[in-house]
Amino acid sequence: MKLNERSVAHYATCDSPADHAGFLRKRVERHHHHVHHHGTSYQRCWFVLKGNLLFYFEERESREPVGLVVLEGCTVELCEAAEEFAFAIRFDDAGARAYVLVADGQAAMEAWVKALSRASFDYMRLVVRELEKQLEEACKSLAACHKSPRRSSSSSGRKRHFSIPALQPLQEKPTTLENGYSTWSSGGFVAGGATCSDHDGGQTKPPPLPPRRRLAASSATGSPAPGLSPAVLESPVSPETICFSKLHNWYGQEIAVLRCEWQERQKRGHL
Amino acid sequence: MRYNERELLSLARQPAEKAAEIRMSVPKKGNVLKKRLVKLVVNFLFYFRTDEAEPIGALLLEHCKITKEEENIFSISFIQEPERKYCFECATEEQCQEWVEALRRASYEFLRRSLIFYRNEIQKMTGKLELGPGSLRAS
Repeated sequence: MKLNERSVAHYATCDSPADHAGFLRKRVERHHHHVHHHGTSYQRCWFVLKGNLLFYFEERESREPVGLVVLEGCTVELCEAAEEFAFAIRFDDAGARAYVLVADGQAAMEAWVKALSRASFDYMRLVVRELEKQLEEACKSLAACHKSPRRSSSSSGRKRHFSIPALQPLQEKPTTLENGYSTWSSGGFVAGGATCSDHDGGQTKPPPLPPRRRLAASSATGSPAPGLSPAVLESPVSPETICFSKLHNWYGQEIAVLRCEWQERQKRGHL
Repeated sequence: MRYNERELLSLARQPAEKAAEIRMSVPKKGNVLKKRLVKLVVNFLFYFRTDEAEPIGALLLEHCKITKEEENIFSISFIQEPERKYCFECATEEQCQEWVEALRRASYEFLRRSLIFYRNEIQKMTGKLELGPGSLRAS
């Protein structure tokens, strides 16, 4: 079976984030057809974990991986080897060989086992879906709590208090979610900017919510945010358009607007 | 580069996110489109001859670019060699769009960015609000 090996090797060495990396000794099975006993030797390699792919290199500086272990569907367990700090990557397939790896110490071994146990696409997908749900819940909660979208000008320091369903901390094994990819609805943010007022005294308050969360386009200065109407300010992020550079640009717009407003306020403050 | 082909073959037999018979061409051999069974499983795209159980090939979908080409056609290319394109001709424009969307989401890197995004959003929302012990004060 062909694999786009050049691209895969490039992915291994490029600067995208590695989930874990370090030296491990890898057990090398000696061919047993010419010796009676099965000798085991270990080869020290530099291992890099990216997502559900475990690459290994001869040296840390090697420009190409020696090999790849696709981790999807594997189990990781400590193993009773003659070596201390050994663990094994195993697959369901009965005939499949296990990868026995040896760490430098207890802490390293635990870190690797933890990292490898979570290293599946399926797991990551569940985690993301769970967060997506939590965000939806949080939005709905806010929307339900807010009576008026506009900032109450009389509240110079008063904040609204909300009860929000406790956000579950990320669980190790998220509950099974339904199939299908739920699109994140950009209409979810109906919360107004009422939680804090711009006109704080000397107190340090969190900065005002960014323009897209206000239903009214006008900012504190009275001048509308340049070219950004509420409709346009709804987040373009949805699974179809998510692209970090687009997201980056989009958030950049917000920052430019906020900066403008801040500078205006500074000017007024100095009059 | 060595890799655990056996596990990859096993992955190719798993339930797919998406599968269809699509005409496909690989970057050499004159770009001839041939009917293939194309199957998306996690961040791999497997392609089979329509009557065979074992895939001819697999594409790891990290650091790739999915481009909507002309009508019904999309292509996959990889960052470090953008001119080498795998082309796919779908039956309908709708099918084409569906595949483009599904493939763009089918990378671990995409999931990673989504995770960061959602975490930030949640933190922004809950960070802004005082979470009283279940009290909702009237305005």
